[in-house]
Amino acid sequence: MRNKLTKYVEELIAAGISPEHEARIRAELATVGRTHDLPSGKETPGPGGGERSFFDEGDLRVLQETAQCHVNAAVLAKSLDELLERDRQREKDGFPRKIQVGKLVKPGKGSKGKVVVVPATVEEKLIHDPTVRPSGDGGEGGGSGDGKEGEVIGEQPVRGEAVEPGGTGSGQGEGESHELESTAYDLGKTLSEKFQLPNLKDKGKKRSFTRYTYDLTDKNRGFGQVLDKKATLRKILETNIALGNLPDVSDIDPTRFLIAPHDKIYRVLSQEKDYEPQAMLFFLRDYSGSMAGKATELVVSQHVLIYSWLLYQYAGQAESRFILHDTEAKEVPDFYTYYNSRVAGGTQVSSAFRLVNDIVQKENLAKDYNIYVFHGTDGDDWDDSGMKTVDEIRHMLGYASRVGVTIAAHSGQDGVMTTVARFLNSSGLLKNKPELIRMDIIQEDADEPRLIEGIRNLIS
Amino acid sequence: MELINQHTKNIMEGCKERARSAGLSFTDESLEYIVTNRDLLELSPKVMIPTLYDYWVHDVDVLREKGKYELYPHNPYETVINTRPPISFYNDNNPDWLNVMIFYHVLAHIDFFQNNLYFRHTWDYDFAGQALSDKRVIAKFRAEKGRWVDYVIEFARGIDNLVDFHGGLAELFVSRETECSPRLNYYFDVFLQTEKKVSVSEYIREINRYNYCLENHGEQAEKTFFSDAERRFPELEARFTRSEESHPANRRDLLRFLLDHSEFLSRDENVWMRSVLEIVRKTSVFFQPQIRTKIINEGWASYWHEFLFLQDDRIQGHEVDFARVHAAVTSLPRVGTNPYALGMRLFSHIKEQADKGRFSFAFQRLKNADGRKQFDTGVAKGRDLIFSVRENLCDYLFLKTYLDQDLLDRFKLFVAGKRLDQQRMVWQYYVKSRKADDYLRMILESLYHPPAITVDQTRGVQGSLYLVHTFEGKQLVREYIANTLMGIEFLWGGPVHLETTEAQVAATWSAGGMEVIQDGEITWQRVVYSMNEKVLSKKQL
Repeated sequence: MRNKLTKYVEELIAAGISPEHEARIRAELATVGRTHDLPSGKETPGPGGGERSFFDEGDLRVLQETAQCHVNAAVLAKSLDELLERDRQREKDGFPRKIQVGKLVKPGKGSKGKVVVVPATVEEKLIHDPTVRPSGDGGEGGGSGDGKEGEVIGEQPVRGEAVEPGGTGSGQGEGESHELESTAYDLGKTLSEKFQLPNLKDKGKKRSFTRYTYDLTDKNRGFGQVLDKKATLRKILETNIALGNLPDVSDIDPTRFLIAPHDKIYRVLSQEKDYEPQAMLFFLRDYSGSMAGKATELVVSQHVLIYSWLLYQYAGQAESRFILHDTEAKEVPDFYTYYNSRVAGGTQVSSAFRLVNDIVQKENLAKDYNIYVFHGTDGDDWDDSGMKTVDEIRHMLGYASRVGVTIAAHSGQDGVMTTVARFLNSSGLLKNKPELIRMDIIQEDADEPRLIEGIRNLIS
Repeated sequence: MELINQHTKNIMEGCKERARSAGLSFTDESLEYIVTNRDLLELSPKVMIPTLYDYWVHDVDVLREKGKYELYPHNPYETVINTRPPISFYNDNNPDWLNVMIFYHVLAHIDFFQNNLYFRHTWDYDFAGQALSDKRVIAKFRAEKGRWVDYVIEFARGIDNLVDFHGGLAELFVSRETECSPRLNYYFDVFLQTEKKVSVSEYIREINRYNYCLENHGEQAEKTFFSDAERRFPELEARFTRSEESHPANRRDLLRFLLDHSEFLSRDENVWMRSVLEIVRKTSVFFQPQIRTKIINEGWASYWHEFLFLQDDRIQGHEVDFARVHAAVTSLPRVGTNPYALGMRLFSHIKEQADKGRFSFAFQRLKNADGRKQFDTGVAKGRDLIFSVRENLCDYLFLKTYLDQDLLDRFKLFVAGKRLDQQRMVWQYYVKSRKADDYLRMILESLYHPPAITVDQTRGVQGSLYLVHTFEGKQLVREYIANTLMGIEFLWGGPVHLETTEAQVAATWSAGGMEVIQDGEITWQRVVYSMNEKVLSKKQL
């Protein structure tokens, strides 16, 4: 693998690339040997309660081992609308918003997306900030036991979380209690007011078993909600022909008709199964070595947002597929793997798009589905010209309803100047087909509102 | 939520008898409730006070990573609350022996609530009842004023840590009449000492002169005294008037100050807001002593549940079960501070020391280590001492007075430091110091301490409110300043200024998600934040 890549890199260099680009490629090449492990699932145990304040201890928990409880999702879902409405009203009243949604929690394993987002807020007060102190000093706390002064008694990796994206953790720092089965419902609901899938076409509608419409479509003789006059007249005619009250068809005398109550035809309300358009979503993520840290977190956060929103808004009709790529692309079974796989290796963006094209062709998805592709990257690509990628994308635009590319530029880097942004821009696709392909460039320090804004860019 | 059954209540009553005969004192009645998880869900945001007023933030997950206890100086998982009668909460599946232990723990807490002087202001009324009536008031306002009630609650809660708890407490013990007049206080405390910087002998001469006046002139004493003083210091009166203006009586109590002086709040259409502020303030003051007595209170309760449980004849056969739970509660962690463990050990340590007569000059001047070890006068005054400690001290004084090197050595306590190993990118925990002074400084540092923010109306432009933060080595959390000042501006009805101190070097985000300063040294800069028409500006002084 490494040899093959090294050869490829040499070819690239021979073809002539800028020194910075070469440096970036070499840096990534160094990470090739590493695996894309999933996190072990266990939190790194802190050495004792060093990080916790002793004010956190309470009798109920210490003496009676009562679990800390969290507001459950059902309650939240009910109150969320209310809270957001309140927040909107706040803005109208001239005060800044206070509710933060999109507080992400690690998704669980399995096919179900265990992403629940809780509305969160801060009550600001004037309080001391203990975190401002000289660098390299992590503060101090109590301790007990043996050991001479100066002796190291424990260690904790600094960047445990940064390398493996894990959302931003929950308010209490203990995510597990938030993980609920209810699939991203809360955030999705919030976002659904803001977005809709673009270019949703009526192709391959399948009958939905969950959604119904109610209409006055059933007919009923004798009684009902609305008299169907045409049908009733026809019935009366039938009856009277049978009775012989209509001797001459060219000369109808309605006054001689007998009208039986049973002839009246009414419409009654009935439940109709609805037909829904279907969507297939591909999430593509660059998990090459250069994606370490913030970039991955941003891309993944944004995809969580999109994913959550879809689960809510298009439940049952939108299916998701997850694809990770470094120099090669692979499909992963669930969001958990997609979300948590560790970064390593080189970058070939084209591989991911090619895989999507292959899947779509092999499974003949274009016929039955509206297809959406979301790709997240830091903008790096070994292939400087982007020829292959642009070709794949061009092919993709033949069937896809929307392709959205998110570029999370590393700090100090101009997003527009990244390789991917450059070749997408120069390909002219963005200009010629704005309906079908969008690109969103964010900086590494983007916050949640910016990400949501980004989704708007991608799918508006 | 339902009351415990008769069988369990009987156990509780038995515990009360035994606790009383051991010397604890508390009211006869108490209420014990079984709580389910669902109950806890509702209770914990309301700090276990079932009747606390409704507020939307209670339904939301609150982010509190930063300065958690500084923002919420009370514990959402307390077992017993300081009401009349005291209410305590239990799981429904506790075995009897465990309940006995918890009951003793709870009774010691109740004893602490009802005898510790920091809780003096909560003794004369039932907070649960008070809270219920407050809740109804707020519900009524909400029906009339709608969302504006929540805005006012929000803004008031934004400053509910600035209520001058100690000042209010002092008034309960020393009434205003017995105090000296403000003029006299100013003359002796400020004018002579900091303005004139007179010598000690001269200071004492003035005191003698005042006492002489007091003896000879009776009612007219002060007048006589000052007519003489003003001859010596013609500027005295002017200085005094200015000091009165710049230091109003309740200047440390921002909420009270707004209630008394805000023109906005005294407008007819806004008078209802004052009731909301009063409620928020009252609630905050009620909880103030709780967090200031965490270590001493938990230590006291742990000390007694151990002592009383082991003497209880009803639970024989459960000693091992008890030992397991008790050890978990009161073990000293390798890194971290356990208030139960530290408080309990400190109480036993004090008792032993006092029993041997070691809080004495004779012991303190003893330098010989062996002699110190052997020292025992056999006075057995320990029990009296710990009862007086529980009556008079809070965490700060408890630790400051009694935490000594002997305790540290005996329980192998140390200050654990945390530092960055740049090469390996790990945080290292290490034994930083085993000195009592360092340990004390570390732990006092972590105690609840709201910033000292005072009103100074001699500064700023007419109509604006000028607040001064007395810098004590820590800056304020910056991102909270804007919204808090916006709230104060709303309640004050005019521009608000806040003078404070900030770290000068641009803080950068770094490892561990903490803000750290890049170059070792921090330089502090005095700045003024101004909030005008909801726009925040900052300028350096």
